[in-house]
Amino acid sequence: MLLISCPNCGSRDETEFHYGGQAHVPYPENPAELDDRQWAEFLFYRDNTRGAFAERWLHSTGCRQWFNMLRDTVTYEIQAVYPMGTGRPDSAAPAPESGTASTAPDSTTTGTAAPDISGTSTGPASTTAPEGATK
Amino acid sequence: MAETAALDGINGLQDIRRSPASHLATAMEAGSVEGTAILEESPFQTMVGLRVDPHSEEGARVADVVGGLPARCSEVGGADGVSVLWLGPCEFLVVAPEEAHDSLGGTLIGSLAAALGGDPGQVVDLSANRTIFELSGTRARAVLEKGCSLDLHPRIFLPGTAVNTEVGNIPLILEKTGEESFRLFPRASFAGFLGRWLLDAMREYASPEVP
Ligand SMILES: [Zn+2]
Repeated sequence: MLLISCPNCGSRDETEFHYGGQAHVPYPENPAELDDRQWAEFLFYRDNTRGAFAERWLHSTGCRQWFNMLRDTVTYEIQAVYPMGTGRPDSAAPAPESGTASTAPDSTTTGTAAPDISGTSTGPASTTAPEGATK
Repeated sequence: MAETAALDGINGLQDIRRSPASHLATAMEAGSVEGTAILEESPFQTMVGLRVDPHSEEGARVADVVGGLPARCSEVGGADGVSVLWLGPCEFLVVAPEEAHDSLGGTLIGSLAAALGGDPGQVVDLSANRTIFELSGTRARAVLEKGCSLDLHPRIFLPGTAVNTEVGNIPLILEKTGEESFRLFPRASFAGFLGRWLLDAMREYASPEVP
């Protein structure tokens, strides 16, 4: 169980979120000019990265807002959480150990430009999560 | 005249309206343990879904009607018996006593819609969308902790706050109304399951504690 730090709500269980696939896939500027192959590549072809991967997540049973996340696909380490519409941060330093799923928002609302890694979980390797925070 | 007829029609329906967990009323009474864990379904409330940018002018007008919008997750706004729960940066749920509903002589929904005017946002009557369970008692927190992964310890989860989360795998709004009392807002179709789940979680507190 991942502990994901929503920019609006703070750290919550992975089960409250939905995965939205690879982030930063731009809509083609002139979609009508694409041939079938290019269109198919835009629609269906995604990177299969080993290591840090930028992806979109939706806090579906919380604030219902989208955000971006930089996650290591090998270690599941969450390296950064940042708002929609901002660029991918430079491969970040390891996130600090964080506490448990909390009702306290540990970050500001979306719209801040700076990528936020505060309170970001370090994934399954985290030993600080209490029994209740894992399923 | 036509309007009066419509109101009579609505009020007639009011008499036969059943709350989503009404079939569990006797079970909840039997399953409650006085002082330890008491489960009840709350009387109908008027609930309004509100979407507006709180930092905009129309947001300020709407905030005046309800007595303040919450600024961030877990905050509860409102005044005078009206609470405004935070659902998202631009989404709120207004909860008021039933008589605030426009069909029962109140003005809540009409005045919210008027305050929003033609500006971006929405005001929707959601009074029948969710039901409300009231759970209280010294073990109320222990009951919730069986199915909620948030830290519900009183030093973290304070009275007068509310969060969107899951209890017993049911998405709901969890509001802490007092030191040992909570309100749970599941959607109506989950009321039966959640009511039975809570009763099951409460069952052990009816037996003497095994030392
Ligand atoms: Zn959230």
